[in-house]
Amino acid sequence: MSKKVLAMLMATATVASTFAPMVGAEDAAEGKVLNIYCWNDEFQTRVKDHFPGYTEVDATHGTIGDVDVVWTITPTTDNAYQNNLDEKLLGQADAAADDKIDLFLLEADYALKYVGSDFTMPVADLGITDEDTAQQFQYTKDIVTDANGVLKGLSWQGCPAVLIYRRDIANEVLGSDDPETVQAAVADWDTFLATAAQMKDAGYLMTAGAADTFRVFSNNVTSKWVTDDNKINIDENIMNWVDLSKQMIDNGYTTTAALWGDDWSKGFYEDGNVFCYFGPAWFFDFSMAGDAEGSVGINGGWAVTEGPQPFFWGGTWIAAATGTDNPTLVADIMKTLTCDQEVMTAIAQTKGDFVNNQAAMEALATDESFGDKILGGQNPISMFLAGIGSIDMSYLSNYDQGCNESFQTAMNNYFEGNATLEEAIELFNTSVIEKYPELSPADVPAAE
Amino acid sequence: MKEKKEKGLSIGTRRVIAYITLIVITFFCLFWFYVLFINATRSHAELAKGFTPFPSNKLVKNWVGVIHGTLPLVNGLINSAVVATLSGLLGIYFSTMTAYALHAYDFKGRKAIFTYILMIMMIPSQVTALGFYQLVLNMKLENSFIPLIIPSIAAPVTFYYMKQYMESNLPLSLVEAARIDGSGEFNTYNKVVLPLMKPALAVQMIFAFVGSWNNYFIPALILHEDKKKTLPILIAQLRSADFLKFDMGQVYVMIAFSILPVIVVYIFLSRFIVGGVAAGGVKG
Amino acid sequence: MKQHKSKVVSYNKWGYIFLAPFAITYIIFSLIPLITTVYNSFFENYRSGLTQIGPNFVGLGNFATLLSNGDLAMYFSNTMIMWVMGFIPQILLSLLLGAWFSDPQLRLKCAGFFKSVIYLPNLIMASAFAMLFFTLFSDTGPINSILISLGIGQFKFMTHVWSVRALVAFMNLLMWFGNTTILLMAGMLGIDTALFEAAQVDGATSTQVFFKITLPLLRPILIYVMITSLVGGLQMFDVPQILTNGSGDPMRSSMTLIMYLNKHLFSKNYGLAGALSVLLFFITGILSLIVFKVTNTKVE
Repeated sequence: MSKKVLAMLMATATVASTFAPMVGAEDAAEGKVLNIYCWNDEFQTRVKDHFPGYTEVDATHGTIGDVDVVWTITPTTDNAYQNNLDEKLLGQADAAADDKIDLFLLEADYALKYVGSDFTMPVADLGITDEDTAQQFQYTKDIVTDANGVLKGLSWQGCPAVLIYRRDIANEVLGSDDPETVQAAVADWDTFLATAAQMKDAGYLMTAGAADTFRVFSNNVTSKWVTDDNKINIDENIMNWVDLSKQMIDNGYTTTAALWGDDWSKGFYEDGNVFCYFGPAWFFDFSMAGDAEGSVGINGGWAVTEGPQPFFWGGTWIAAATGTDNPTLVADIMKTLTCDQEVMTAIAQTKGDFVNNQAAMEALATDESFGDKILGGQNPISMFLAGIGSIDMSYLSNYDQGCNESFQTAMNNYFEGNATLEEAIELFNTSVIEKYPELSPADVPAAE
Repeated sequence: MKEKKEKGLSIGTRRVIAYITLIVITFFCLFWFYVLFINATRSHAELAKGFTPFPSNKLVKNWVGVIHGTLPLVNGLINSAVVATLSGLLGIYFSTMTAYALHAYDFKGRKAIFTYILMIMMIPSQVTALGFYQLVLNMKLENSFIPLIIPSIAAPVTFYYMKQYMESNLPLSLVEAARIDGSGEFNTYNKVVLPLMKPALAVQMIFAFVGSWNNYFIPALILHEDKKKTLPILIAQLRSADFLKFDMGQVYVMIAFSILPVIVVYIFLSRFIVGGVAAGGVKG
Repeated sequence: MKQHKSKVVSYNKWGYIFLAPFAITYIIFSLIPLITTVYNSFFENYRSGLTQIGPNFVGLGNFATLLSNGDLAMYFSNTMIMWVMGFIPQILLSLLLGAWFSDPQLRLKCAGFFKSVIYLPNLIMASAFAMLFFTLFSDTGPINSILISLGIGQFKFMTHVWSVRALVAFMNLLMWFGNTTILLMAGMLGIDTALFEAAQVDGATSTQVFFKITLPLLRPILIYVMITSLVGGLQMFDVPQILTNGSGDPMRSSMTLIMYLNKHLFSKNYGLAGALSVLLFFITGILSLIVFKVTNTKVE
């Protein structure tokens, strides 16, 4: 028993000295409880399997050396995760050392809300250098960089996304299922629309729903959702999405089906009629019913190509909470799980994550054995790597989550013919100002 | 007994109409359980394909998936049971007591209090949710069942129902009689009044139990420790699982699993109500 | 309702004692949050992200903001329309079932079974229930498959004002008619069966029995049902929230008052949410007074 403990302690010590050379005498002064806030057990599994020295006690408790790790898992439904996190962060200064949040997780849509505040620590203050994060994809750093250019979070995942198309439909309509041929047919939005017309003539939908393409447009904006004087701003590219979607819906090239709904996911199956989806690796590997009978994926019926514009979808970021009493351990965890190439490669191989490490992914891009079954053996990594460098996420604002949701909801009314474009934009203004009362409405374009 | 000449439809016709209507209604009431059951037997991928009226064979697989996951299912079940039972019991006991106070005693401010409780009944619970949550934080009652159980002592809706029920079903002469027999006031309430209120108590117990059992919003704000969570939070957690684990089949199994205990409680309590007029009532 | 003669003064202190647990609990867990709510309605007080704005005293500014555009009236009428669409069939159905179950002539077999079954839909969580409806009524779902095979063609339930409202009303009806029926039946238990037998002997038809005996005796419970259903209707939230994914679409035609209130919870807008709550409180109070007036009951 005591031998085990000793062995574990030694292992931890070794790890600590390997990954965090600054661990020293002050280690003893650090807290004995590490509080981690998250919304599911995804990160927990990463820590459990890839952070040396972590020992699980039960579902929400573990130990690293002599530090107790406490996981606070709150579901995201009804914003419960952020509600709880906000209250805790606002009370952080007055909380007892062992109750302070040490580490918490973020999603891209609302990352800036936390990153832009003083509740997150600059990673430089934790001793993590630019050199450590050199292999990370730039866009993953953009998302957690505050207005002053300070990096305040890290992610182990990259989620660059591509266009995923059905080989059989490509063969039938475009004459080939070769990624180059298909890429030529979807190279920009004009050709995309023309191809959609071809699909319609052949009895297929281009995409399952207008929401599929939203992220592609919203990741390629050239202005923020809110201007510096707190006015809501609808980027030109977002309006391009509206135009494209309206045309596609009116012409029967796509529908208003919401992501993840039944109508939307019908296209994953052979008897569905959807030509393409947009998504990252996790999406086609785990969400497109690749192991289900009757699905397109089970026979390797999909393939990927870059698509009209690069974008990303998903991802989880780790941030250190200001006031943490375990800065060394926090730094160690962040560094090990997001910077260490060996660990990153291991995560990619065992968890299927597209990890946030250029070198690790480039190595896998040429690895023949990394062909994807659902893609009929195609290795998609080079496609991902092709676009990832050009994703520019510097036009983020604190209001993205609310604006993206409100905008799509409001526009659905326009797409379905229940409102004019002006009415839909007014509804969007109303909805955003309900969420962020300090904002003033966006200009409503004059009727055409 | 004897069939009488009715001015309207004959008994036979009315009975047929009644049965047909009831069968249609029964269909609409049970259909959802059928759909839930069907969905619980289907895999995530099968569910994504759309609804079919026939069960699949993945029930056991889904169930095993849920219990082998990290969710503390047994704890959730116990927590839900404890919270729902206690808040139900405390709610009906003390709110009935309050109704009795206003029904049987004539004290100063009685009318004002009645009007006041009627007024507070009309305040939507969502309205004070934020204030309530801050109060709980200030009282350091996070991860505690107290803020989920104790507040139900003051249940205006239960109070109002009991008050109305007492008006038609609790003659004060009975209370007088008990007093003459030398029963103390507290004793009278427990031994004379409560037994007379059995159907009403059962009704409100069901409502309170089900309401508490299915409650998500407030518990999700207050309970964060896994071992303290109630079933609706665990279901929500299952639904926000990461893509590797997200499985609607498991969600449906979990929903089905969490409905079962309420059905049991309901069937148990409904005996008190369903006995019905035909049984001659329980009137004293 | 005066029963002074039966109440001896010395007992009346018990009224306070019996009231105490309710009162104490109420003051701690409801009154304090409530006072905060009303107090907040006079302040600008919300969070922008993690930054607290206010509280700044704005007088009746929040009320002015809410009342200045017509949206509130729209959400109120949405709420009332969907409530009425669900409540009228619900109360009629419940009365009919109550009458049937209590009719000594009808002697329905399996009455116990039917009585139990009607409440079952209420046991399903609203969110799960809405999920099922969503699946069934989706654009390519089973209901549409049936419509197409009948030659009627696809109908997009979620994109038409009245179909969304009807679905909401139907779900509310399904979830709550059993509840109402149980309340009515529990009330009927209190009615002495001797009354029914006497009426039968006197040759009353079941319709007469229902309107002359059952209904008047049920009045207190009926009023309770109406008031609580009205209060519940004004608090309508779960079903339209989940069915429309919080949007209240098309064009917010199914957005209820509480869904609107819920929008302000996102930014922890204690000011506007507080003002909205105060307004809601007045609306509910006025409507309840009307019910009391119409049913000719004194509020004690």
